[in-house]
Amino acid sequence: MNTDIVDENFEMPKPQPIGQERGSLTRIAQEMVFTVDHKVLGLMYIASGLLFFVVAGVMAVFIRLQLAVPGNTMVPPDVFNRLFTMHGTAMVFLVGMPIIFGFANYLVPLMIGARDMAFPRLNAFGFWVFFFSGILLYFSYLGAPGLYAAGSAPDVGWFAYAPLTGRAFSRGHSTDYWTLSLLLGGIGSMVTSVNIIVTAVCLRCKGMTLGRMPLFVWLFLVVAFLVIIAVPPLSACQIMLILDRYLGARFFDTQAGGSAVLWQHFFWIFGHPEVYILILPGFAIASEVIPVFSRKPIFGYPVMVAASVMIAFISLGVWAHHMFSVGMTSLENTFFAISTLLVAIPTGIKIFNWIGTMYGGKLRFELPMLFCLGFLFQFLIAGLTGVMLAIAPWDWQLTDSYFVVAHFHYVLIGGLLYTIFAGIYYWYPKALGKMPDWKLGLWHFVLFTVGFHITFFPQHIAGFLGMPRRIYTYEAGRGWDLWNLISSIGVIFQVAGILFFVLNLIYSYIWGKDAGDDPWDAWSLEWATSSPPPAYNFETIPEVRSRRPLWDLKHPEDPDWKFE
Amino acid sequence: MSSATATAVPTEWKLPSTRKVAVITLILTESSLFTIFLVAYLFYMGKNLTHPYPNEVLEFPVLATIALLSSSFTIVFSEMALHRGSKLWFHLWWAITILLGGYFLWFTGAEWHHLIYKENLTVATNVFGSTFYSLVGLHASHVIIGLFLLCLILILSLLGKVPKDHTEHIEMISWYWHFVDAIWVVVVTVVYIISIRVPNVT
Amino acid sequence: MRRVADMFQPLSKPAEMIHESALVVLIITAGIFVVVTAMMVYVVWKFRHRGEEDQKQEPPQIYGSSHIELAWTVIPILITFVLILVTSRTIGEIQNAEMPKSAVNVRIVGHQWWWEVHYPDEGIITANEIHVPVSTRGGERRPTAIQLESADVIHSFWVPQLAGKTDLVPNRKNKTWIEPYATGTFFGNCAEFCGLQHANMLLRVIVHEPEDYKRWVATMKAPVPTPTTPEAIQGRKEFYANSCVNCHRIDGTVAAGVFGPDLTKLMTRQTIGAGVAPLNQQNLRTWIRDPQVLKTFCFMPDMKLQDSQVDAITAYLMTLK
Repeated sequence: MNTDIVDENFEMPKPQPIGQERGSLTRIAQEMVFTVDHKVLGLMYIASGLLFFVVAGVMAVFIRLQLAVPGNTMVPPDVFNRLFTMHGTAMVFLVGMPIIFGFANYLVPLMIGARDMAFPRLNAFGFWVFFFSGILLYFSYLGAPGLYAAGSAPDVGWFAYAPLTGRAFSRGHSTDYWTLSLLLGGIGSMVTSVNIIVTAVCLRCKGMTLGRMPLFVWLFLVVAFLVIIAVPPLSACQIMLILDRYLGARFFDTQAGGSAVLWQHFFWIFGHPEVYILILPGFAIASEVIPVFSRKPIFGYPVMVAASVMIAFISLGVWAHHMFSVGMTSLENTFFAISTLLVAIPTGIKIFNWIGTMYGGKLRFELPMLFCLGFLFQFLIAGLTGVMLAIAPWDWQLTDSYFVVAHFHYVLIGGLLYTIFAGIYYWYPKALGKMPDWKLGLWHFVLFTVGFHITFFPQHIAGFLGMPRRIYTYEAGRGWDLWNLISSIGVIFQVAGILFFVLNLIYSYIWGKDAGDDPWDAWSLEWATSSPPPAYNFETIPEVRSRRPLWDLKHPEDPDWKFE
Repeated sequence: MSSATATAVPTEWKLPSTRKVAVITLILTESSLFTIFLVAYLFYMGKNLTHPYPNEVLEFPVLATIALLSSSFTIVFSEMALHRGSKLWFHLWWAITILLGGYFLWFTGAEWHHLIYKENLTVATNVFGSTFYSLVGLHASHVIIGLFLLCLILILSLLGKVPKDHTEHIEMISWYWHFVDAIWVVVVTVVYIISIRVPNVT
Repeated sequence: MRRVADMFQPLSKPAEMIHESALVVLIITAGIFVVVTAMMVYVVWKFRHRGEEDQKQEPPQIYGSSHIELAWTVIPILITFVLILVTSRTIGEIQNAEMPKSAVNVRIVGHQWWWEVHYPDEGIITANEIHVPVSTRGGERRPTAIQLESADVIHSFWVPQLAGKTDLVPNRKNKTWIEPYATGTFFGNCAEFCGLQHANMLLRVIVHEPEDYKRWVATMKAPVPTPTTPEAIQGRKEFYANSCVNCHRIDGTVAAGVFGPDLTKLMTRQTIGAGVAPLNQQNLRTWIRDPQVLKTFCFMPDMKLQDSQVDAITAYLMTLK
């Protein structure tokens, strides 16, 4: 056992009864600022992510309001460009990343029977660096010209192509806020990923070989490796951009022989793995929720692990499918089309394995399961539109159009966000000790799903009819009017759905049923301790003999380790 | 929660050291960062629109390279002394490592001074300038961090504040130092051997 | 006017070649969608729990099945293989297409937020509209080879019914081609975010019958008529006196600026401001008085002209046919 964790002079603190941890506001604030507890940090990550989600979501509402009718003058072009840039940047870096790291932080140590992450102080550092980076990004609105002139928020798109971001074309500081904020956030991501890797590799409890780790932990291990390999390219090209803008360097200065395409290569070498970094945690959550609510183990655990590792590897080699129209040779285009099609294979296999898990089971339609079912259906659509985009010649029509916007919203909302909802409802009882309300959750599910499809399905059609991305307005008579109007109407239902979600979170905390240790009758180690867990997680560190330790306990006549 | 029978659970449960895995992870992530700056350098070789070109201003840094690479050896000697229990030789070899690294840094500074003031090569001159200073500079910044860590250990150790069982901590710092050296091997090959021989084509 | 640029109604190569492979892919993915959704619906319906009593018994705990997993690995691999073949062939056909000697050559330079158009073989310079001859299937091939460059940031040439997108990248020469089989005006957009007025960097490709195309070329090459009305003559004086000539070129005059669109045959165009408004006297006048009204943030400033100057210049520009 790792000798660093055991300290002979350590005294077990008395477990605090649920309900009596609520101290005064100042005491809570102080605890939050100084905590190094992975559970508190995890909840802080998720709460911050959800807050930024609301802010970035409001921006999307304004985008859809502006685009509801042709020739709309509600939002002028400069404001619109800031809106879509901030919406995208915030959703990826201030919502997606922190929420997934929040889940990892809270659950990985619990699931492997450890007391905390390997480096708790580093963990806290990572959180505060991310949090500060978010404040910095939004501070750009106040930054240069000032409040009423709507400040200097970034307006170059979330992937900030050169040379639009060069000093010549991007005057003022908007691009600098984008660059610096993301550089900081990148440090936070890398630091958290180091923690996840070291924790999963070095702190597993006795008997938990890598082959007995929950799929959740496996997928986050893969995600963490992807982060440490793929985020440095973003930091590197951002450093180059800063050198260009402030020291007159020539990395992307096309007048001095620099290459605009080089930025795209570097950005997408980060950017494509990034979207897998975002979605793999969704797979992690689905791989925990679907088995429990089907009352069966995950179908094909070894293949699920192998498929995840393959997805990560292949995803490092597909980046130029974002650049099919940039003028690469037919050989280069063919290579990237092939690699992109290849990554569809392990992804498709996972969908089949989830269906195989449900087959022959006894499905319970609790809230986490409802959202996972939505995820399966919507991610299927997203994956198939992805296959269409992999076909390079068709991509020459579809890229940079509303078809792509529809595709990635199906992936990120229909896929990732739905699994996040599933995960929040699933582990809410563990973290807060109360059961989420099923009826409020059903309203959330139905309203949001209806709104989601009304908003994003028509965008596929607008793309087919030639509507490009990132335009603040369009003329009537291009065939886009109806689809944009429908798309904007869907927003109403999505907002209503989110309101029910927030209502559920609050209502259940105050009036929800007490959850107990294991309300869902689940099988991984986090359910073997109280809800919420004490600061030290487990009274005694557990020992496991199979992938489902709690199944073995509950079914001593039919334990997993006899069959694995 | 304890197992019913002891047979299925391995009696010896030894997982890798957290420190080692953390430093390996750090090295992986830094390698990824360096790779991008290397790729930028390789991409822009021969694509300058103005002088100076690499072959006109660069000279293979013999002494500096010998110094930095030797410091990898001296740090190994230092660790061997630590294992033997010889505090004196540990401190001596450690200090020599710092001096060798410091000489490397001084040499880099002198070279840059020459390039900027005598050869008019700055980060804004051409793509060679941009990629050269960023790549070599990234490496030099890592040498600075490494030297800072080495000095910290030396001072703390001389003050007697490094506990006996912290040999692994010291080993991890030496791993970082070896990584910095390995990067230099790649950088010096690409910049001072290869790019000097690539003609400029515009 | 083909305003609705539906990529599923291609009227030119290579859009047609893309359309063919797109249909194959669409059918395959639609098939996958139907099969997998049916599987999901079946499973959700058949294996839903049936009440409290049913929940007391756990179902058989199956860990996997090599046969089934092999099947659903092999089938996707086969489908992927087919898709790879379709894709590679179409990429090669489009990117490596041979241009016959009869091809029209066009060179486009992208600017923030307008298109500079050259016909190097004919010595024609214009803006925002491209005129090309139609080709006949199995008959005379007259494709148009287009070279794409940029003067500032990255733009993208996209006319969906004619071809897929190709970017205009500064410091790079990209190539694309079109071979339309139907006449008419095809609508397109800049498809790479290029700044404030990206939305209004619009494009029109007008495809002519061969005779009409020859007529258009002749018109464009003919010298500009001298203005005859007093207002137009005064307008030309104003045009020369104010800094118009620093940005704009009118062939055969002292105006030789290259920063803004060439105005030599302005009145042959359908729109002003790269598609932001139809070209007529009213809109032309509004543009000259203050371009920022029609296209905020565009790089033509409000020249602070008096009304009489604006009227005169408008009259002059309307003679440029």
